[in-house]
Amino acid sequence: MDARPLSPPAGPTPSGAPRNDPPATAGGARSLHRFANPGRFLRLTDALMPWLWAAAILVTGIGAAWALFLSPADWQQGETVRIMHVHVPMAWLAMGGYTGLGILSIMSLIWRHPLADLTARELSPVGAAVTALCLATGSLWGKPMWGTWWVWDARLTSVLVLFFLWLGHAALVRAFDDMERGARAGAILALVGLVNVPIVKFSVDWWNTLHQPASVTRIDAPGMHVDLLYPLLVNALGFSLLFGAVVLARTRSAVMERRVRALQTARARRAEAA
Amino acid sequence: MMTRKKRRMWILLLCALGLGSATALTLTAFQDNLVFFRSPSDIMAERPGPDRAFRLGGLVEAGSVEREPAVSGQRPTVRFRVTDGAHAIAVTYQGVLPDLFREGQGVVTMGRLGVDGTFRASEVLARHDETYMPPEVADALKRSGHWNPAEGAAPPPATWNTMDPARPAAAGRTGS
Repeated sequence: MDARPLSPPAGPTPSGAPRNDPPATAGGARSLHRFANPGRFLRLTDALMPWLWAAAILVTGIGAAWALFLSPADWQQGETVRIMHVHVPMAWLAMGGYTGLGILSIMSLIWRHPLADLTARELSPVGAAVTALCLATGSLWGKPMWGTWWVWDARLTSVLVLFFLWLGHAALVRAFDDMERGARAGAILALVGLVNVPIVKFSVDWWNTLHQPASVTRIDAPGMHVDLLYPLLVNALGFSLLFGAVVLARTRSAVMERRVRALQTARARRAEAA
Repeated sequence: MMTRKKRRMWILLLCALGLGSATALTLTAFQDNLVFFRSPSDIMAERPGPDRAFRLGGLVEAGSVEREPAVSGQRPTVRFRVTDGAHAIAVTYQGVLPDLFREGQGVVTMGRLGVDGTFRASEVLARHDETYMPPEVADALKRSGHWNPAEGAAPPPATWNTMDPARPAAAGRTGS
């Protein structure tokens, strides 16, 4: 099943799975499967990658300099507030990335989109890493400000659950010999875990927690002075670009790995036949 | 081909609906257990017994903090009142307070309510609110009388979040 539509057209596909071949009948399905073509994906991203890496490094560089040297301290937290410029983007990426995993899982379950399976597989270890960074920086920030490394309030606990969901997805998709079955199981887990995303987001509003409510996405106006807000937004953009670049690079190498394996299988088969 | 995809879509939607409502029901049922702390008003409405440990949260009432002179070899004792605007509860605590502790600051304290109505805390955590501003802006708001941090939360952020920290006084006047 490794060599699903990702294999080059040469040779008969092993363990024929006709339902997976995308003949693309309906309009919506056709447009989706256009991007499912791994050859096109590699060509498109090949042109994109250098620009994405350059933009990611440039914006995170500007963000780091701004956050460390140019932005002011907070009136009561002092210099500790600078942890925010890593902590908050990591939290946003943990939640936004998981929402992306949910979308990929829907594409995988409904349209059997092979590139969505691969992207989901390569996304979850990166998602687990940013969630771990969010938890670690939050803990380092909590000790000097709140007076504790950790409490079991609704926000912190739901983010810990999010971390376990990322880890669980990464492990589950790799736990099957049959990659497609692993992808299916992972997609179901990811979608079940999607209920946790609104819980993380609104935990600070629904229940009282030690963690404070949102500053940036308040209804009236951000509860943060622009001198602290702008570098935060630059860092959020920079880390998002970096996140995207890492995930795309991982997906690209996974596609190429799959191609190499398919070619090797085809060659072995030819040698056997000869 | 279409019907199969449509069917998968419907199954997924139904599962999402079922799972979503199950989660919502569970969370509503556990509403009371998911709160991290209780407010003074909660305590007044339903007073826990003296042997029950729980968390009390609120703001440190302005003018209520009394620090007892430290006896050598012992950790300092501090008395203050925790308020939510409607009710206040007296708290005593022996130990080191977090840096952010001050009058008007949010706190979450763990301990037991004595028969005399005083809450004996074994742990005091600072609860930071969602406002962030440079020291110059905070000073300008305090000087212009728009905000006394000991009295509680900062004024609406729209009045200060674009204030120029280099010329805070001028910006503060136009912002009022």
